Amino acid sequence: MKIVEARGVTKKFMGAKVLDSVTLDIELGEKIAMMGPNGAGKTTLVRAILGFYHLDGGSIRVESYDPTKERVEVLKKIAFIPQLPPPVKLSVSELLTFVERSTGTKKSDVISQADAMELDLKRHKEKPFFKLSGGMKQKLLIAIALARRSRLLVFDEPTANLDPKAREHFYTLLNSLEYEHSSIFITHRLEEVEGLVNRKIYMDLGKVVEDEKV
Amino acid sequence: MKNLSLVAYLDIKESLRARWFYVYAFVFGGLMGLFFISGITDSVVMGFTGLSRLLLVFIQVTIIILPIFILITTVKSISSDRESNVLEYMLSFPISLSEYYWGKLLGRFVTVFFPVIVALFVGVAWGLFKGGQMPWAMIFLYSALIFSICAVFLGIAFLISTMVKSHDIALGLSFTVWIVLLAFIDVALIGLMMQNRVSDEVILTVAMLNPLEAFRIGAIALFDPELTVIGPVAYYLLDSLGHTFLMIYAVVYPILLGVIFALLGYAVFKKRDIL
Ligand SMILES: Nc1ncnc2c1ncn2[C@@H]1O[C@H](COP(=O)(O)OP(=O)(O)OP(=O)(O)O)[C@@H](O)[C@H]1O
Ligand SMILES: [Mg+2]
Repeated sequence: MKIVEARGVTKKFMGAKVLDSVTLDIELGEKIAMMGPNGAGKTTLVRAILGFYHLDGGSIRVESYDPTKERVEVLKKIAFIPQLPPPVKLSVSELLTFVERSTGTKKSDVISQADAMELDLKRHKEKPFFKLSGGMKQKLLIAIALARRSRLLVFDEPTANLDPKAREHFYTLLNSLEYEHSSIFITHRLEEVEGLVNRKIYMDLGKVVEDEKV
Repeated sequence: MKNLSLVAYLDIKESLRARWFYVYAFVFGGLMGLFFISGITDSVVMGFTGLSRLLLVFIQVTIIILPIFILITTVKSISSDRESNVLEYMLSFPISLSEYYWGKLLGRFVTVFFPVIVALFVGVAWGLFKGGQMPWAMIFLYSALIFSICAVFLGIAFLISTMVKSHDIALGLSFTVWIVLLAFIDVALIGLMMQNRVSDEVILTVAMLNPLEAFRIGAIALFDPELTVIGPVAYYLLDSLGHTFLMIYAVVYPILLGVIFALLGYAVFKKRDIL
């Protein structure tokens, strides 16, 4: 079953093609490592899948929904972790309220995911999110994403701020997700995700230059 | 639409923790305090006494600072959300763009409207305590005017924020809008009036299109003021259009304008890239 179907996706910023006719299908169960030099267009492609951009050419479908026209349907199926933890001013408990009310993910599920990464959310409930340490923020974002049990997980360099132990926890958690799903990891360190992925995509200059299933 | 109230609620909670909100509440609260201390309620100046005078001075100061406060804080918070990728994260959850946009607008409205209204009512309470008469018409009119001025400037702020993505340009534009509406239009109109080259109707129309002028006139429409208090354009308008009409106009027109700007902002928000 196809989760994502991208056909000739082209996106320009100020005249320059940042995505140049990208065609890419993602099947349910595929775990993708997406690599490529800085500025290759990885984040842009992921944001296009999330419906943040109007395309200059081509089309994207997420389980047959259009990300810009049917964003709610699309985003129900995707859990996303951004490249940098955003300085959200909501407190931890408000953020969890937001997640619970918008996605139906229970706060207790997020809390137990966080526990598994040794982040004690109960102690930081009233703290504004942006005042958590870099690694704590990352852990919370990961906990939220995993607790959503989405069919597609999109991680834009999720481990940048994590210490080695936390990284281990994270990969263990990912491996223990027992339901069927697909994932995209954007990463510059293939060694780390090597054991987790079954497909590698290499992007450069807005194009997919290598696509190999392992 | 269940997420609309969620977005609004969280925006209000966020504002209640933000520094700008305290400055904002402090300015309006402090203003009232200043009026009490300086004894504005006790003095008789230009024919206004006690509570009426207090409210009149309050509303005159509001005309100047409320718009710039609304514009700057709103534009700043929206564009910094975009630049710091908070918007990217929050909008990666399944909420529709309309829930997000209108929820934010609603939340903002509550946070900018209430401190001013509270300050107004505190002033009224103080005036009554000092033995004044309850100026019902004035309280009602001024609450309505504050409501409509919040509406129009929030509309403008949201439109600017969706149209201009650069933080600095958006702030600069806000400042320009404020100063033009506050001062330049009036100055220009007075100039034209004195030269007698443009017909009075044209001047009148242009003046009335400015929501701040409408507010200024509305605030004074309960009285028979002297020219010196409100400036020539407002005086002229009052004289030629009548008080009741101007009062209704001063409340309804800015609200309408605010709704139009907000809708335009929403159209831009939907049509363009979010980030
Ligand atoms: N909103 C935008 N406006 C203008 N240019 C943009 C915008 N977003 C991205 N770009 C440009 O698009 C190109 C690709 O950016 P993108 O963020 O997709 O790269 P990336 O592959 O994620 O790189 P990195 O590994 O550094 O994260 C860059 O040249 C960037 O400057
Ligand atoms: Mg990137």
